Amino acid sequence: MLPIVLLSVFGILNLFLGFLRSNRVLLPLVLVVLALIFGVNLLDWNHAGSLPGFLESPYISQMLTVDNFSVAFSGIVLLTALVLLPFSRSYVVAGEPNLAEYYSLLLFSLVGAIMMVSYNHLIMLFVGIEILSISMYCLAGSDKRNVRSNEAALKYFLQGAFATGILLFGIALLYGATGTFQVAELATAVATPTNQTLLPMLYVGVLMMVIGIGFKVSAAPFHFWTPDVYEGTPTFFTAFMSTVVKTAGFAAFLKLLVVALPAASPVWLPTIQAMCVLTLLLGNVGATVQTSAKRMLAYSSVSHAGYLLLGLVAGHGQLSGPAAQGIFFYSLAYSIATVAAFGVLKLVSDQRQREDYVGLGGLARTNPLLAFVLTVAMLSLGGIPLTGGFFGKFFIFTAVAGQGHIGLVVFAVLMSMVGIYYYLRPVIAMYMRPAEPGAEAPIVVDGFQSATLVLLALLTLVLGILPGFLSGLL
Amino acid sequence: MLTAFLVFFPLAAALLLHFAKGSAARILALGASLIELVAAALAAFTFVRTGSIAGVDLNWIPSAGITFHLGIDGLSLCLVLLTTFLVPIILLTAFRHEEYENPGAFYALVLFMQTGLLGVFTALDAFVFYFFWEVALIPIYFLAGAWSRSDRRIQITFKFFLYTIIGSLFMLAGFVYLYLQTGPAAGSLAAHSSDIQAFYNLKLSASEQSWLFWLIFAAFAVKMPIFPFHTWQPDTYTESPTPATMLLSGIMLKMGIYGCLRWLLPVVPLGVSQWQQLVMVLAIIGIIYGAVIAIRQRDMKRLIAYSSLSHVGLMIAGVFSLQAIGLQGAVVQMLAHGVNVVGMFLVADAIERRTGSRSLPDLGGLTRRTPLLSVCFLVMLLSTVALPLTGGFVGEFLLLAGVYQFNMWAGALAGLTIIFSAVYLLRMYQRAMLGPDSAFSDTITDLSGAELAMFAPLIVLVFWLGLFPGTFLHLSEPAISSILTLVGR
Repeated sequence: MLPIVLLSVFGILNLFLGFLRSNRVLLPLVLVVLALIFGVNLLDWNHAGSLPGFLESPYISQMLTVDNFSVAFSGIVLLTALVLLPFSRSYVVAGEPNLAEYYSLLLFSLVGAIMMVSYNHLIMLFVGIEILSISMYCLAGSDKRNVRSNEAALKYFLQGAFATGILLFGIALLYGATGTFQVAELATAVATPTNQTLLPMLYVGVLMMVIGIGFKVSAAPFHFWTPDVYEGTPTFFTAFMSTVVKTAGFAAFLKLLVVALPAASPVWLPTIQAMCVLTLLLGNVGATVQTSAKRMLAYSSVSHAGYLLLGLVAGHGQLSGPAAQGIFFYSLAYSIATVAAFGVLKLVSDQRQREDYVGLGGLARTNPLLAFVLTVAMLSLGGIPLTGGFFGKFFIFTAVAGQGHIGLVVFAVLMSMVGIYYYLRPVIAMYMRPAEPGAEAPIVVDGFQSATLVLLALLTLVLGILPGFLSGLL
Repeated sequence: MLTAFLVFFPLAAALLLHFAKGSAARILALGASLIELVAAALAAFTFVRTGSIAGVDLNWIPSAGITFHLGIDGLSLCLVLLTTFLVPIILLTAFRHEEYENPGAFYALVLFMQTGLLGVFTALDAFVFYFFWEVALIPIYFLAGAWSRSDRRIQITFKFFLYTIIGSLFMLAGFVYLYLQTGPAAGSLAAHSSDIQAFYNLKLSASEQSWLFWLIFAAFAVKMPIFPFHTWQPDTYTESPTPATMLLSGIMLKMGIYGCLRWLLPVVPLGVSQWQQLVMVLAIIGIIYGAVIAIRQRDMKRLIAYSSLSHVGLMIAGVFSLQAIGLQGAVVQMLAHGVNVVGMFLVADAIERRTGSRSLPDLGGLTRRTPLLSVCFLVMLLSTVALPLTGGFVGEFLLLAGVYQFNMWAGALAGLTIIFSAVYLLRMYQRAMLGPDSAFSDTITDLSGAELAMFAPLIVLVFWLGLFPGTFLHLSEPAISSILTLVGR
């Protein structure tokens, strides 16, 4: 609860700081505050309530609950935001006049994300998703003189608003069938239906909610917005979109399906399985034919939604155990690697003015550090050992195989083979192809960003070498 | 402790290399690889004296029952010795190539690769094995690709990487299935265990083992490679920088054979007996196919690559004969082949550095001014042909005896490898060293003292393996017989 309060209060204060017109102060200030909030969030670990005796979970008439699950996932989104922020340096340097607003929107969207991972009431889920989404709609269009950015914002907003409508409709139907919004009461009401004639309504409601959240996490067949929106959105916010939104979305999804609606699994399990297969197929195959690294990462983020959907399949009844563990580890490894990849890509595209593989040519010679970090990120996204991405996939695959869904796992393994094909292409460009004529100059990276990139690469390697210390958390 | 040192010391040295420049990098890399060799020798002495070496067994992922379990038995020890013996020679070969850009990174990747290889040869937990298996792939991909001067390097290394990683993902899938069949280890909270012993204790039906065999074998088949999974191999061997080729052919190939011995035969014995004949047929096709193509080659490296394919076929046939003598032959031949093939590539490299060409039609009449090189070439060649007194003879003799015990006709066909290899290797020697003079005959220089020092240990080992194979046979004998006990259960 305390992180939500602090983020909201500081978000509003930050808007006023914009009047100072001093971008140099803003970035360090936001970083320090976020780091503090990250620490405050961890205080809730193993005892639900930021200040014992004063504020006890659940909060606000039992609408929000803080438990280890929510702390873990809030931790991921806060950490992601924290390590992403240094890459907004280019805005500081360029004297972006609206920087304070951008930061505030990011902070508000984090509030939404934390509400999504700690909801105990479907209205809170809806409010969380909306807070997150509306901030994202604005940020997608933040490069307002760029047509592509405007296009991205419009596409994201129109489709997102439609999906939110469907989600809300689903919640309403669910309420109509069960008479409750509370997660725990929903579970019992669905398991022991009092009125059989209401079951169709319940099931349609469940499906609509799956569609609504499926859109937010860009699961196929609701992923069509993803490549265009990711490409048009300024890279900094694309990175935020593809990590925080996805992490929070899947935590919410997991809670909804395995805690609130386990009894409705005959309806959602086949749906999720079908979505999973489709998402893996379209994401991975789509990524292979891209020539733009940013667009490839967009399709790759679709494919990662597929692996996370796979994790949902293994969930049953509780927010701990192999499925929750797998999704937690996967989200963390994915977020870190994605921030690293987008961070490098942003630096390259800002200074070489191109976002395709050719623009990465010769990077190993001009900027060995950037090339190394991007390589680690690509290996992690591809799921190759020594990196966190491998254990993310490993935990999810073993959890799902342990539930007997061998066919799905085999398909996912085949798809991750396809993934290796396209994740290797940036690596080849950097290490084996020369730079474009005229682009041989090294990319200027300040010490702070270098340190962040090194930290991200190290985190990825630590997750890949010593996964034990995080693997038993949930 | 020694085991952990052996596996991780090269990695530490590789990290340190980041801070070294120029000749300091060379001294550091070579020094590290020599310290590693001493450590391996120490391990061998400990093993001979006490019969065992203390392993490593730490909790790696407690919640999943995965332990970081390393251990060295006689079989592992042979391969550890081979790896630590060859890496200094490979580094010295790399030192000869002044044209490499960023040489420090090259040496660091070689040492990083050594950690991966030693991890594979010592791992006693399925997922640790898989982990190191992939760790070994990453450095060799960069070594083969980033330092190659070939125009086709991108396609070639890409193909290599995809082939091997797809093969190993099948193995991972097989391991996950096996892992889910195990019960908890003693004193562990996790529901399953991936320890090798837990895998050995599994009782799986013949039909399960039948498809598990192919999942696991896919990784080994690509790595060795066995016909028809070999198509990445000739190009990769030919176009990679020579030190990378040496790593690939001298050591990495043995990962596949070692994997069969440690992780395939004892884990899915019923699957092995079911597919034994098919693998044997593939191996023999590989022997003949590789040899026939080698006869027609003009490029020395490509010729050696196909020759390696042919010889690997014989090793696979020996392993799948499931005879003690065949498996023992495979162990000796792994060592002998490692030494031979590195020696052959060293010769090819020496000639290429002097003449700028390794194409046989360009060469000829080199022997007049290069008596030392000719002798070294001939020794390596005759060992590859399996002439008595050399390591190649002992290995191939035992392998053929094993295959013969399995089936007389298979033995006869596999025996062709010796005749064929005499044909193509002597042809190569004749074209390159003898024959009419070429443009280089009068200008070529002989081996320098430093180069001779690189050949000397190889030659010593060739004769050691040929005259006293018992040294290594004694080491591996208990391990091989326990593997065969598990296969026969």
